[in-house]
Amino acid sequence: MSGHDHNHHHDHDHSELSETQLRVRALETVLTEKGYVDPAALDLLIETYEKKVGPRNGARVVAKAWADPAYRARLFKDATPAITELGYAGRQGEHIVALEDTPSLHHMVVCTLCSCYPWPVLGLPPVWYKSAPYRSRAVSDPRGVLADFGVSLPAETKIRVWDSTAEIRYLVIPMRPPGTEGWSEDKLSELVTRDSMIGTGLPKRPQDIAP
Amino acid sequence: MNGAQDLGGMHGFGKVHPEPNEPVVHAEWERRAFALTLAMAMPGEWNIDMSRYARENRPPAEYLAMSYYQVWFAALETMLKERALVTDDEIVAGHALHPPKPVARTLSPSDVAQVLYRGAPTEREIKSAAKFKASDRVRAKTINPVTHTRLPRYVRGHVGAIERVIGCHVFPDSNALGAGENPQWLYTVRFDGRELWGGDADPSVVVSVDAWEPYLEPA
Repeated sequence: MSGHDHNHHHDHDHSELSETQLRVRALETVLTEKGYVDPAALDLLIETYEKKVGPRNGARVVAKAWADPAYRARLFKDATPAITELGYAGRQGEHIVALEDTPSLHHMVVCTLCSCYPWPVLGLPPVWYKSAPYRSRAVSDPRGVLADFGVSLPAETKIRVWDSTAEIRYLVIPMRPPGTEGWSEDKLSELVTRDSMIGTGLPKRPQDIAP
Repeated sequence: MNGAQDLGGMHGFGKVHPEPNEPVVHAEWERRAFALTLAMAMPGEWNIDMSRYARENRPPAEYLAMSYYQVWFAALETMLKERALVTDDEIVAGHALHPPKPVARTLSPSDVAQVLYRGAPTEREIKSAAKFKASDRVRAKTINPVTHTRLPRYVRGHVGAIERVIGCHVFPDSNALGAGENPQWLYTVRFDGRELWGGDADPSVVVSVDAWEPYLEPA
């Protein structure tokens, strides 16, 4: 799968259209001519997930959970309505569970069978999340996978891996970094990385972001 | 099915390679393949479990050689052809050559936001008591269906514990066959890493899957 990644960068060169590119174009034309799809609807679908829905949504959820104890309680009791409060809901996020990282427990989310991912809060998954290396090793060697991301956890930290085999989607709520007391939700959200909400990364520290 | 999609625990794929500042898509065709897949869910000619089966039901070497959007697109072509919505000669010609088959509905631009926001919840009304409760010990059954299932091979035959009773959800094994939603109790089942991978495995690891009641037996 990932063996094809290097080809992607050449696709902007329209002088050589790949077979896949031609097939996709042909199929879109057929489906449009038959009235099954409206190209304007396709454009809107793309715009939604390329420009509007992405990990900044999840970062808002995490920042609010860090800053607002009542919200945090609601989020861990039933995440789907708590996340909907912020306006994020729908496809591939119909049933969300929030996972609380603690000093002794680190959560990591995978879909070994396909590419299940909480779209309303994280957007579309990165290539690595859908790749064979991640899907094969996250469940059997999570510490090795974390090392691939440059993350090393204390040996005594328990690692809990969640394989998304049903329609439940998991969002990791990482630990709030020290030195952020009194920060606004806006500022806190700048520390929240996509990978920290999947469990393959940690939030940024205050010194990692520009003052 | 025991296909190449069921990757948990396999060896030999090497390291994970995160791409710094990765764009949401890497090529224009990925945008269109993604959007076509979403839009073509609207007519209701198939459900999400049929889509997943169409994606995984191909020779393992072929599956593993494809990028993920290539898998999606190949499944879309397969499902369109199986239902005679599109024919091979049309794909070759790149144009409609036959009259369209009537479909229940299509996705209009004005409906996109609402359709996405509504999603497609899979929780269903409870009609029977759950067989298991939290902390019950259960064994994932040894099953090898040639059709769609969501019980990964790496947990089959192993003993774990019910962590959470989630609710009644559409049962993919039935839904993928067009045999109805057949809702079943769904549980989060946790397994000790050493139970799954043996005594040499990292003792600090616990892995869970979400498993429907028909996948489980008391242990």
